Amino acid sequence: MTAPTVIRVEGVSKRFVIRKEKSLKERIVNFGRSNLHKEDFWALRDVSLDITSGTTVGLIGPNGSGKSTLLKTVGGILQPTEGQVLLRGRLAALLELGAGFHPDLTGRENVYLNASILGLSRVEIDRHFDAIVDFSGIEQFIDTQVKFYSSGMYVRLAFAVAVHVDPDILLVDEVLAVGDEPFQRKCLERIRNFQAEGRTIVLVTHSLDQVADFCDRAVVLESGAVVADGTPREALTALRKDFEAERQQQLARARAAEHGTTRPDAEFIGVSAHRPDGTYDVPLRQGDGMRIRMTTRAAVPVHDPEIEVSLTTPVGTTVYRASTRTLGVTVPTLTGEQQFEVALGALPLNAGDYVVRTELRSSDGSELHTLPIAAKFTVEGEYLSPAPLYATTSFEVL
Amino acid sequence: MTDHATARAAALEAQPMRLAGPRPGFLRGTLGSVRDIAAHRELLGSLVRRELKSRYKDSTLGFVWTLVRPLAMLLIYWVVLGKFLEAERSIPSFAIFVYCGLTAWTLFSEIVNAGTSSIIANAGLVKKVYLPREVFPLSVVGSSLVNFAVQLAILVVATAVVGQFPTGPRWWTALLAFAVLLVHATALALLLSALNVYLRDVQYLVDVGLLIFFWASPIVYSWQLVTTGLDSIGLSGGWLERLYLLNPVTLVVLGFHETFWVAGDGKPVPDGLHERLGVALVVGVVALWLCQRTFARLQSNFAQEL
Repeated sequence: MTAPTVIRVEGVSKRFVIRKEKSLKERIVNFGRSNLHKEDFWALRDVSLDITSGTTVGLIGPNGSGKSTLLKTVGGILQPTEGQVLLRGRLAALLELGAGFHPDLTGRENVYLNASILGLSRVEIDRHFDAIVDFSGIEQFIDTQVKFYSSGMYVRLAFAVAVHVDPDILLVDEVLAVGDEPFQRKCLERIRNFQAEGRTIVLVTHSLDQVADFCDRAVVLESGAVVADGTPREALTALRKDFEAERQQQLARARAAEHGTTRPDAEFIGVSAHRPDGTYDVPLRQGDGMRIRMTTRAAVPVHDPEIEVSLTTPVGTTVYRASTRTLGVTVPTLTGEQQFEVALGALPLNAGDYVVRTELRSSDGSELHTLPIAAKFTVEGEYLSPAPLYATTSFEVL
Repeated sequence: MTDHATARAAALEAQPMRLAGPRPGFLRGTLGSVRDIAAHRELLGSLVRRELKSRYKDSTLGFVWTLVRPLAMLLIYWVVLGKFLEAERSIPSFAIFVYCGLTAWTLFSEIVNAGTSSIIANAGLVKKVYLPREVFPLSVVGSSLVNFAVQLAILVVATAVVGQFPTGPRWWTALLAFAVLLVHATALALLLSALNVYLRDVQYLVDVGLLIFFWASPIVYSWQLVTTGLDSIGLSGGWLERLYLLNPVTLVVLGFHETFWVAGDGKPVPDGLHERLGVALVVGVVALWLCQRTFARLQSNFAQEL
């Protein structure tokens, strides 16, 4: 059976008109010239998406890329300027925890109010009330006015209410990173339950690890348009590349402002990963060591530089890192082109793809050049899980 | 997929796709809006309770404060207008008369005034959760009705105390007047709350408007004084009188007097007051519908204007 579509976004565009006047006087005074006082801003441009039942979709992208606007459009809070959003099933939006909490009311009264805002009926709230209070872990303050709550307690209660609504579609905007660690773990567990129950979750977040952890699918937005849509791995790789490109640009601009040139003093011009015997670019076997060769070129002599090598997963989790400084190695002054090699001993990695990242720093620790994806390599062998560490494993009953 | 998940997917498959947010269309959307609001009636109840509970929370006298303001107004008008300006001479049971008008007026002004700012006051919710936004002005209507009920109870007790308890068919007039008051006030609250989002000046205009309407309705003076006044400038029965009677609040207050101001029996009332009230009710219902549709039209941009 193919899962039915629960959210269909059809060619949605959203225009915000930025007006610079608000009062009656200003409008009358500027009547007829009002177009001069308007500015159009397209937050979404012709976005189309189909989301099927039971999937968890992460919406990611830089600030101001239209993620939240898209989520609000799906939630019916904003109306699209063009196109339409079609839905199936009951929807709940967690765009802000404790929306509608009234500071003067007690925790108990607010639970009832907030739950009915999120779409629970009174009977359902009565049934879930004990579970909600239990989940929040603030039984003793439930009859205190919420204005006396600490911000952590406030958020706990709000989240407890939110996870007890019974939606088919749950929209979540940046609210998972709340509370202390045990509470956070409880929240994430709850989200996993939701997934197991076949609920559809659309998540806006800046925590890319969360996306890699939770989502079946990730959509990258940029300036209001979808630039990547696929598995979290593909999308995250695309996004990280973008972020890196932007960072490099900023760095180049800063350099240009300081030195009048966008070229760094020294840079990597080639990095390659090799097997321990020196053969180039073939898959590693599990437990092999590896060699990483780097070629640098210096425009001006760089004294006492630092070279750092890391291995990461494609979604950006670092699994290994070492630098010449931590190793206690002194790199000779860089002039012209030079070659270096880092040799790593046996690597207990799970089967899968990995990325080499290299960074060159000057003696004061400021960045000269970074290659986030300097080289790629594949490890062949037994695959246990997406976790990067591998160990021979046996299981027996004692 | 687990069993839960399969069952959910199957149930979802059977449902038709629906539009996110409110239905478009000026005429077609009516039924959708009504259904939407009906589905959220429990929330409406919760919001009304929130209004009432939070209003005088932490004050020692609590709900009693609801009564202090109208009673103070009553005292002022009774002393200043009744005693000093001797309005009592032409208006028997002046206290009952004034309180009658004030009860009706308080309901009207409270709905219109608080209703106008209701969307802005709930900006946090409007921006973060989808609800039929009509619930905010409607929750104001609900909490105002509770206050009204308390004031009305006092009025009825007062009539009993002075031995002029309204009986029998008189109550129908009050009921009709109440319906007229409610539809007109609700219609205005819906319209003005939506306009206020786009143009914040509306709430100040409403303040001024309410002040004018208060004195343009026979609350602290009687209909008799209006007709004699118009007579003396030779405009009796003229356009000014017709204009005065177009004001629905005037009709409502006269209707309340008809019922509760027993001492005023035999004082002149405009011709065909009941018919006028009936027409006002029909006009009010149509206005309510038009205002709701306008509200539905304007609400699509609320979240970005707030």
